[in-house]
Amino acid sequence: MEEPVVTIAALNHRFGDKNLERQVLFEIDLKVQPGEIVLLTGPSGCGKTTLLTLVGGLRSVQQGSLVVLDQQLGGASPPELVNVRRQIGYIFQSHNLLQFLTARQNVRMALELDPRATDIENRTQQILEAVGLGERLDDYPEKLSGGQKQRVAIARALAHRPALVLADEPTAALDSKSGRAVVELMQHLSRVQRTAVLMVTHDNRILDIADRVIKMEDGYICT
Amino acid sequence: MKVTWVRFKTPLAWLQVTREKTRLAVALAGIAFANILMFMQLGFLGALFTSITIPHKSLQGDLVIVQAQYETLFSIRSFSRDRLLAALACPEVASVNPLSVAPAIWRNPVTRTGRAILVFGVSPERPAFAAAVADLEPLKIPDRVLFDRAARPEYGPVASTYAAGERVVTELSDRQVEVEGLFSVGPSFAADGNIITSETTFLRLFPERSPSKIEVGLLMLKPGADPIQVQRELAGRLPPDVKVLTPQSFAQLEADYWAGSTGIGFIFGLGTIVGFVVGAVIVYQILYADVADHLSEYATLKAMGYTDRYLFGVVVQEGLILAVLGFVPGVVLSLGLYVVAREATLFPISMPFDRLVLVLVLTVGMCAASALIAARKLQAADPADIF
Repeated sequence: MEEPVVTIAALNHRFGDKNLERQVLFEIDLKVQPGEIVLLTGPSGCGKTTLLTLVGGLRSVQQGSLVVLDQQLGGASPPELVNVRRQIGYIFQSHNLLQFLTARQNVRMALELDPRATDIENRTQQILEAVGLGERLDDYPEKLSGGQKQRVAIARALAHRPALVLADEPTAALDSKSGRAVVELMQHLSRVQRTAVLMVTHDNRILDIADRVIKMEDGYICT
Repeated sequence: MKVTWVRFKTPLAWLQVTREKTRLAVALAGIAFANILMFMQLGFLGALFTSITIPHKSLQGDLVIVQAQYETLFSIRSFSRDRLLAALACPEVASVNPLSVAPAIWRNPVTRTGRAILVFGVSPERPAFAAAVADLEPLKIPDRVLFDRAARPEYGPVASTYAAGERVVTELSDRQVEVEGLFSVGPSFAADGNIITSETTFLRLFPERSPSKIEVGLLMLKPGADPIQVQRELAGRLPPDVKVLTPQSFAQLEADYWAGSTGIGFIFGLGTIVGFVVGAVIVYQILYADVADHLSEYATLKAMGYTDRYLFGVVVQEGLILAVLGFVPGVVLSLGLYVVAREATLFPISMPFDRLVLVLVLTVGMCAASALIAARKLQAADPADIF
């Protein structure tokens, strides 16, 4: 049996100062296996985005155990967090592409972080062709449609073959057709690269791509 | 644990700076403007020092004697001619050469308007001015003067008329004189032009003056004599109402006077600082707007695993790129303005290499400082906020 990509045990998280403190995550237990696609759903404010940022090493763990790619994030130093982040692919609600870089340069930015990456030029081209943008390599984001930008973002997230991809409502800004195309692309690439995906979504139309759907409510995982 | 070494191949700073052409143009215009401000101020300051010491550097002598309280040639005090004879008693001194200096009113021969001019009285036998500057021979005739061909045009078309072979007769200090030759010193901040005449004519121009008083004594030393040593010896030998200077310290005293004892050095120095601050503010505005506009993108880079230091470096690089790119038009425009200012003022405004280096260093410092301040905004780029 392979080690899980993410192992969460008894994770609690609070926001605010002492007097105004509000707990947003309660006793979260969760494992994500390699290559598994897990969808997190639930109403706004249920804590799913907070959970995602914790797993991504973008927020410090307060209480509980959170192991991502063999690194305990509780008490991890900033350089350790940076190293974990480099092994994760991130896809955001808005594409967050660098406006002053072309599609090709945006993807390169992810590959250049990997000191072992070789043949960056070809790999950039391959991954952009895989997301159907082989013709738009040197276009700036402003020239691309919303769906195309999100596909560049997916290419950027998957270019360095991360073991884990974190996605926050990647279809929210897209119409149903391009949204469907985008998640199917993610599903396909995750199968090919054996990448685990942890995706927060409100979008009921895409639940079928998941291996597992986890519902959250008021900071708890519903079982 | 250290973050592993990373190859950064995409020149992020360059791509970001050059992507938005309008913003780049505004930034470069701002930096060039700051450069022009600094270059003009430093140019005028440099011209002040150059022009103000041209007469000093045109004089011939191994040592110079002036009155003890000497500060500037343009309000010079006199001392007794006997001091020169005392200096001549020193065995290393080969010859002495007295020089009288006083301002007078020159009447424009065409418009008849009066204007102050600096008059030097010399002995026609001994070349007080370097041979290249003036030939003193014609001054042996009384009431003849040599006119500064580089003087401001307000004195009238003296040089051109004389060069055309016509006589130039006008009044100097209410006495009729005739121009009998030209020399070249040029205007300074203190005098718009210069006149050289003989001691005899000088005393006729200023009848209230005593022939026993002079303003500058030029000493020629015997071959092989060490000026510094003779200077020390003369300082002990002569009464304390005069001081002995090397030609360098003679010019330096003049420069110090204008830099320190007048407001001029301060004003131009302040102007340079204002240029620096204006440039720094413009660059800061541009870089701050750049960081603020791209905050979510910087946060994304942080999420992907780029370090704070890397992003900090990008902003600083942007500042340095702007500094170098803005410096080029700044220099070109300043050189053009130097030509315009030189023609308008006749001041010796030039662009010495060390000023180029100074302003480049100031520009780089200005942009780096602005970038460091603007880069603090990066801390607001929190990757946890972009989810």
